[in-house]
Amino acid sequence: MTGRGEQIRDDDLARLLQAYRRTAGQADELVLPDGSLRPVWRDMAAHLARLSPSEIALRFARGDRYLRDAGVFYRKYDTSGPAERDWPLSHVPVLIADAEWQQITDGLKQRADLLERVVADIYGENRLVADGFLPASLIAQNPGWLRPLVGVEPPGGHFLNFVAFEIGRGPDGKWWVLGDRTEAPSGSGFALENRTATSRIFPNFFARSDVRRLAGFFRAFQQAMEPQRGEDGQKGRIAILTPGPMNDAYFEHTFIARHLGLLLTEGEDLTVRKGRVLVRTVDGLHPVSVLWRRLDAVTCDPIELASASQIGTPGLVDAVRQGGVRMVNALGTGILETRALLSFLPKISRAWTGGPLALPNIATWWCGQPRERDHVLANRERMMIGSAYATRLPFDAGDGTSIGGGMDTGALARRFASEGRDLVGQEAVTLSTTPVWSDGGLVARPMVLRVFLARTRDGWQAMPGGYARIGSGADTAAIAMQQGGMVADVWVMGAAGRAGGQITAAPSLLTEAHPQEAEALPSRSADNLFWLGRYLERAEGNMRLFRAYHDRRGGGLSSDQPLMRAVQGLIAPGSGEATVMPRQLARSFDDPLEAALTCGSRVRDRFSVDGMMALQDLVAAARKMSATPIPPDDIPRKVSVLLRKITGFSGLVHENMYRSTGWRFLSLGLSLERAANMCTLLAELARDDAPDGALDLLLELGDSAMAHRTRYAGAATPTSVSDLMALDDSNPRAVLYHLSRAKAHIDHLPGSSEHGRLAPMARLGLQIHTRLAVETPDTLTPAKLTGLRLGLWRLSDLISTTYLH
Amino acid sequence: MRYDIRLRITHDYPGAAGTGRHQIRVVPADIAGRQRLTVQQLVVTPAAAEYATRRDFFGNTATTVMHDTPHARMSIAMRAQVEILPRSGDLDVSAALTDLPGDIASVTSLSAEAPHHFLGPSPRIPADDGMAAYARACLSPGMTARGTVQAIGARLNADMAFDAQATNVDTPASEAFAARRGVCQDFTHIMITCLRSLGVPAGYVSGYLRTEPPPGQPRLDGADAMHAWVRAWCGTDAGWVEYDPTNAITPAADHIVVAVGRDYDDIAPVQGILRTAGPNVSTQAVDVIPVSDNVLR
Repeated sequence: MTGRGEQIRDDDLARLLQAYRRTAGQADELVLPDGSLRPVWRDMAAHLARLSPSEIALRFARGDRYLRDAGVFYRKYDTSGPAERDWPLSHVPVLIADAEWQQITDGLKQRADLLERVVADIYGENRLVADGFLPASLIAQNPGWLRPLVGVEPPGGHFLNFVAFEIGRGPDGKWWVLGDRTEAPSGSGFALENRTATSRIFPNFFARSDVRRLAGFFRAFQQAMEPQRGEDGQKGRIAILTPGPMNDAYFEHTFIARHLGLLLTEGEDLTVRKGRVLVRTVDGLHPVSVLWRRLDAVTCDPIELASASQIGTPGLVDAVRQGGVRMVNALGTGILETRALLSFLPKISRAWTGGPLALPNIATWWCGQPRERDHVLANRERMMIGSAYATRLPFDAGDGTSIGGGMDTGALARRFASEGRDLVGQEAVTLSTTPVWSDGGLVARPMVLRVFLARTRDGWQAMPGGYARIGSGADTAAIAMQQGGMVADVWVMGAAGRAGGQITAAPSLLTEAHPQEAEALPSRSADNLFWLGRYLERAEGNMRLFRAYHDRRGGGLSSDQPLMRAVQGLIAPGSGEATVMPRQLARSFDDPLEAALTCGSRVRDRFSVDGMMALQDLVAAARKMSATPIPPDDIPRKVSVLLRKITGFSGLVHENMYRSTGWRFLSLGLSLERAANMCTLLAELARDDAPDGALDLLLELGDSAMAHRTRYAGAATPTSVSDLMALDDSNPRAVLYHLSRAKAHIDHLPGSSEHGRLAPMARLGLQIHTRLAVETPDTLTPAKLTGLRLGLWRLSDLISTTYLH
Repeated sequence: MRYDIRLRITHDYPGAAGTGRHQIRVVPADIAGRQRLTVQQLVVTPAAAEYATRRDFFGNTATTVMHDTPHARMSIAMRAQVEILPRSGDLDVSAALTDLPGDIASVTSLSAEAPHHFLGPSPRIPADDGMAAYARACLSPGMTARGTVQAIGARLNADMAFDAQATNVDTPASEAFAARRGVCQDFTHIMITCLRSLGVPAGYVSGYLRTEPPPGQPRLDGADAMHAWVRAWCGTDAGWVEYDPTNAITPAADHIVVAVGRDYDDIAPVQGILRTAGPNVSTQAVDVIPVSDNVLR
């Protein structure tokens, strides 16, 4: 044990490991049974030991900051409803030696091939049932067996293209498969973000170590997905099909879409025509050849699968049946996740491959057979007992799976007798522990690894590294992220120990441009961008009114003054004579802000991370303001802070966003809303019988007091204000300015003119613009302004019907 | 017995419907030894942009239609002539209830007729403790599977009132059971739930009932629209047996089969999705008229 002796003599290392306790009967990733460090960990442990506590804190903070700036979040479901949470990165990676990794992935590739054959049989010949390898009830009563797909050969030839396996290291040091992820495995995108964050925490160490890189894996998979040109010469797109923003892994869907340049689609974006899948874009229908499916198959088609599904695409199963779209993975492959299958795979492997599973799976007994049932009953205190059809790991399940089924022997025996076919017993897992940073040193926590395999042109390829889930406490049950579990990067360490020439910390994934994909703007995205613009502008307008109101209240104007009544009527139309509480008035911008955030979060893939963060920041600030009582005097100042944030966001939109079609819809929404609102303000406040102070208020609301002083000598008159705020094409607050901008956007939208003839909305845009452009301050009456506003809303409707439905 | 069957379903949409896709199962089946389909016609208005017919997993004929232009009303008109073949066998050759699990286990097939599909929960048939207890109370020692089917069906018919206002197509069976009221769909779903709780494989049959009874006999409940009843697997020898709990009879010459499935969701007459806002209104009219051989000749 010389190794151990050397390590212990090192004071820093001793301090690092002071609190590190292996649990008896459990393997550990860092420390071997003899107390020495695993060779693969030695450099890392020494590296950690040399860092001072403040340096560690600084580095971890750097990793966390990266994740925050990248906008990595997951959705946590609890009683208060789904909320976006910070990414729970455990900063110390899990290290695995290359040779050991090779063994693991060889076993998993064999398993993936076996699963492909099994699922082909389950949806094909059913030899496994006929020959007694699988009980008929396990398939027939399995909610994951999708009857409409029976007999359907998967377009592209394979059922499985992208799979994951949950594996754990048992007490004997060997790896076991705990579960198969064949439906729509998530985590690979998060793994990339974990890698970037972790490599920033240990930049030098990462650069000089031979850590196998991840980017090649995704490139190879993307190449394999690349569709062939169809008979019509058309090459369809690859799209990711996401359940939408309420899904816990939505960030990952947007991340992968952005980084691989894939189209991000939801079920309603797609339509099926003549057996082909098409995506609705602002530029018409475009074919999609490959769908990387991230939603459960059963929700994919309300016609042939779950009829209650709101997130599916009617006819998708039919498109698959006609060979019109390749699904990754095929619809119906989720049945392979069935927990009870683990009890039959070893035998199937022996029958079909002539040998045992190269990487065994955890011992599982299906309780539909007397012998197995008796075994489970006799060993019930070591067994996790739950539904045969469960698809999650026992400690993730939340489906009542528990030791001994949570029953005494008698009750369990009765339950087995009546519904044994629906139950399985599974050896309770003992996972290995891995180092986690806590209170200035390392502590041991249980861990499970998710390993990803993709079918490439050269067969199965494993992502060299993975996604580790780590318990928040010593208990295995604490691994689930919803239970406070953490995640960590997994480093596969080359035997050499040192890398040659690889110096980039995290090679950027794919930097090639995908112009055609970028321009295929799904109608739903366009709709959300357009409304994001409108809601934001509405919020800003109402904030300015709210601030002006409280400013004047603070200055001594009572709420029954004509000017104050006018403002109140503008903020809350229809509030009439009643005095409205500040809380109610604040809703006039809180509500549109929340709506803006909802729109924004549905177009994350088209948005810079900075833009999204600015939007979130803005809404968070508004929420905070609504939640805390503010002295009336202080309201104008607080609202000004919000206004600066909203202006900052608009600045990002106009300074930083690529001039894509999507940007045009956003900017168009902003302009139409602003022009229409300014028409309302002018009609109310610049009329001859407007209350005292209305013109100054109008200049304040339009942020144009300064411009007015520069351009006109003397006090504001209805004429000067109308000139500046309606007709001045150089004033970014003026109606005409926004009509010009809207017209320019419309002219650039697809289909705005065909064969030299203007489309209806282009014609209306031009008409409205001309109507105002020929006016003078003296001829521009409130009635005309109101008519203009109505015209603008008609234009908005026309844009909606043209592009957005 | 020959019947001339006509069905007309219309959907009215509040605003004009945009694109729509529907899957339709309303044409009587052609079943060897049970019924022969001699004439069939299915007309969808407005004419569909795409129209295709296929066999589903359970062997039912499903027609898919797709509309891609706005329309305010869609109608489905079906006309068929069916000959119901005489069947023999009121002899109960079904398995004893206690022997049924063995018979089921001996079937190592996942074909459409295999009993395995019809046990356990299905989309519209969750397990229900109340119905399970109700079913157990119908048992007596030594009962055969078919005896069980008839006992539960008769008991349900006696305890439940036919009431077309009490439920709609989406009402869960448990609600109808609690109120002891409903229509054929509810009777059928409740009976299936009861049978499955006892380990008897049971499924849903959709079809038509003769509209006007023979002289001197009462009109059957549920004849105004498409009807539903139960089929149960009663052992290797007896196979599938049908029962109509709404009328407490064993279907014979008055019942015409359209489709079979695990529950309503598998074989709803019209499954469809329209991209439209607001509720739609639908009506259904059925005529099942006996045709005398003289007229046909």
